[in-house]
Amino acid sequence: MSKAVKIRRGLNIALQGKADKVHANANEAKQYAIKPTDFHGLMPKLVGKEGHKLKAGSVLFYDKYNESIKYASPVSGEISEIRRGEKRKILEVIITPDGKDSFEKHDVADPNDLSREEILEKMLASGLWPFIKMRPVDIVANPTDTPKMIVVSAFDSHPLAPDYNFLLKDDQEAFQTGINALNKLTEGSVHLNIRGEKKQSSIFEQCENVQINLFGGVHPCGNVGVQIHHIDPINKGEVVWTVNPADVAVIGKFFMSGRFDTERVVALTGSKVNEPRYLKTKIGASIDSLVKDNIDAENVRIISGNVLTGDKTDDKGFVGYYHHQITVVPEGDHHKFFLTDGWLSLGFNRFSMSTSYPTMLNAPSKRWELDTNLNGEERAFVVSEQYEKVFPFDIYPVFLIKSILTNDIDGMEKLGIYEVAPEDFALCEFVCTSKINSQKIIRDGLDIIKEECL
Amino acid sequence: MKFLRNIFDNAHHKLESKEKIKKFWPLIDAFDTLMFTPKEVTKSGSHIRDAIDLKRTMMLVITAMVPCLLFGIYNAGYQSLRLTEAGWDAGVLDCFMAGLPKILLLIIVSYATGLGVEFIFAIRNQHSVAEGFLVSGMLIPLIMPIDVPLWMVVAATAFAVLIGKEVFGGTGMNILNVALTARAFLFFAYPTKMSGDKVWISDYELMKEKSLAVKENVANGTEIPEHLANVPELVDGMSGATAMGELASTFDATAAHSEAVTSMFASGGQFDFMNSFLGLIPGSVGETSALACLLGAGMLLATGIASWKVIGSFFVGGLFMTSVLFAIGGNPYFDLNPIHQLMLGGFMFGMVFMATDPVTACQTGTGKFIYGFLGGSLGILIRILNPAYPEGIMLAILIANVCAPLIDHMVIQSNIKRRLSRLKTA
Repeated sequence: MSKAVKIRRGLNIALQGKADKVHANANEAKQYAIKPTDFHGLMPKLVGKEGHKLKAGSVLFYDKYNESIKYASPVSGEISEIRRGEKRKILEVIITPDGKDSFEKHDVADPNDLSREEILEKMLASGLWPFIKMRPVDIVANPTDTPKMIVVSAFDSHPLAPDYNFLLKDDQEAFQTGINALNKLTEGSVHLNIRGEKKQSSIFEQCENVQINLFGGVHPCGNVGVQIHHIDPINKGEVVWTVNPADVAVIGKFFMSGRFDTERVVALTGSKVNEPRYLKTKIGASIDSLVKDNIDAENVRIISGNVLTGDKTDDKGFVGYYHHQITVVPEGDHHKFFLTDGWLSLGFNRFSMSTSYPTMLNAPSKRWELDTNLNGEERAFVVSEQYEKVFPFDIYPVFLIKSILTNDIDGMEKLGIYEVAPEDFALCEFVCTSKINSQKIIRDGLDIIKEECL
Repeated sequence: MKFLRNIFDNAHHKLESKEKIKKFWPLIDAFDTLMFTPKEVTKSGSHIRDAIDLKRTMMLVITAMVPCLLFGIYNAGYQSLRLTEAGWDAGVLDCFMAGLPKILLLIIVSYATGLGVEFIFAIRNQHSVAEGFLVSGMLIPLIMPIDVPLWMVVAATAFAVLIGKEVFGGTGMNILNVALTARAFLFFAYPTKMSGDKVWISDYELMKEKSLAVKENVANGTEIPEHLANVPELVDGMSGATAMGELASTFDATAAHSEAVTSMFASGGQFDFMNSFLGLIPGSVGETSALACLLGAGMLLATGIASWKVIGSFFVGGLFMTSVLFAIGGNPYFDLNPIHQLMLGGFMFGMVFMATDPVTACQTGTGKFIYGFLGGSLGILIRILNPAYPEGIMLAILIANVCAPLIDHMVIQSNIKRRLSRLKTA
């Protein structure tokens, strides 16, 4: 049954630097990389050393503990470098393209004619599988599970997030094919959640074989975890799969053309970008190729993803596997004098959800430029019921966090850890008076749960 | 600004270069972070952060206490001058100046003691100084009787910070409100000093002594002791007791006394509704004025610092209990108008500044309603039914503090049950 939900507890942060709806081609990247660290908990097993030649779509590495899950190269070329971190952990597998457009060829097939096993097999073999993530724990899905439903959030409500209507406006058929494929994978239905109050383009509304739900209100209404909580919450032992809408189209294209199309449109956003816009590139492209000559390079933070959940990177880094957005904001590594722009200032120009700053006296249409300063020091929890204002779950967030900090597995289960992902706590982290890094804590908790209970 | 910055940078640098004094970094850090928000940036996750921090939160609470403080200073002078013949025509400024020195001293002593303990612990445990005591340090003088000996304030503050807070792990970890712990410590450690009519009015003891000495002088020609030379004389029949004290004195008293006390609360009396609301009555420094407390409440609610759930349910709880007892009636205490009752003693101050302490109150929304109601109703119950403790509010909030985790536990358990039942019905 279709649901319409309005999210009231949350916060929209209107930042400067929204991408203009202009498609541009990014510079051809000199390097691409797949980062095993993008897939949380993955232990990668490489297929070759430096110098190993690959086609686009060839297997680059696979999961040591689940060898059927393969990760593919986005371009044809050779592995030029394997960057490692502490304890020789693989951080980035860098591929230098050879300029040829050779790719792995697979059979073309209509997913409607294929069985569940055949679709699974094809997606695993082609390297498409990592697009499918699972809840609980928010990691790459386990192909041996049968999810009770598959949920696709057709919009992203994070600050400056890309507009998937715009991204996919030419890919309606591919999107539908992708949905058809997903439909075979679940015993329940595929849910497509579209923005309630805004008029959607026909691509999502006209989609068939899906359960369409409307979600409106404030961020995090676009978070898939919030949506699942309001459609059909996850209980212990249940599994739900989630896929990004752009990746659904990639899956669809694969079945239509027999090729893993690694092209990706990335929104370049943020107040430090001169011309924010959408750039066409490929998965894992170097940041450098996207931001070159388009940012104020002085002391900025480049984030792969959005400002709330993204990963810190720099111009030598690469776009994250699940990211469709690059955000560039000023770095805040300077002292703020307490009377002029610090904690005791009048603060008309400071952004705060709380009414302790006169933020609301600014025009509602104002777009803000926020830097990366912590704006305070880390403290113990003091203020109560602050997280609840931006956390639209029937869960007590601080109590959940405390159960994780005390390593109380039973408590975590009871308090609802199966329903949340780190991104659901991003706003909590943003508004926190005590500056507690709750996303990290939740991730630690999910790691414990994965280890002990799954 | 740059100049200041350099001073701090140099201080940090010097501290780090010398192994022996390295551990004193919390000292410099506390003042540095007071003047400058650190340049620390986010590492992952939310890359941008809300502008609010604990320093601003605490400072807003202190700001909200300013009306109570200013009125307290005025009232301290007013109450003292009111009892002398010379003081009857004192102006606002005279009252204010008369009250200022003693209260300033109280504040200085409270902050010096509390921050001293905080700094020692910060250095001992090598963490930065948390902001919690900024508020407690101002609350403590406001809930002290004006003539409390300063050494008692030192003892109470040190006890409260040590046993009330630091043993639990510092700001954010305590289960009892720190300022109330200080007050309760005095109340139970020095009961004779903290009740009756001795300490509520500035120099009351001295003035009483003087008036007795003058009477002796007239009757027997004895010398007036030297230390009383400059002390004004107490006007006959003027009492220094608080409203609660007067009411409590009606238990087991003669009908005439009860009547006299009742008339003090009638219109025109010392404790009539207007005086009680404005706060022109004896009592602890900052808690007499309901008006000032309401101004503070407005500020705390507008800035979202205090929980309306706690304030609202606390008031409703108090009103409920006074109404029930009013309906029963039978003695001057019960027969006092419910609203009037709530204006007296520490009810308003406790409601606005003590019960709302987010650390010791309930953490859950539903819990806050129960917690506030419990505190408000229990406070009135203790105050009225147990004349040994006319200051029931303080005890009630401490009891509510102790119950808060239990209330939260019940709320959480019902949430857990709801989650489990979801699985069964599905």
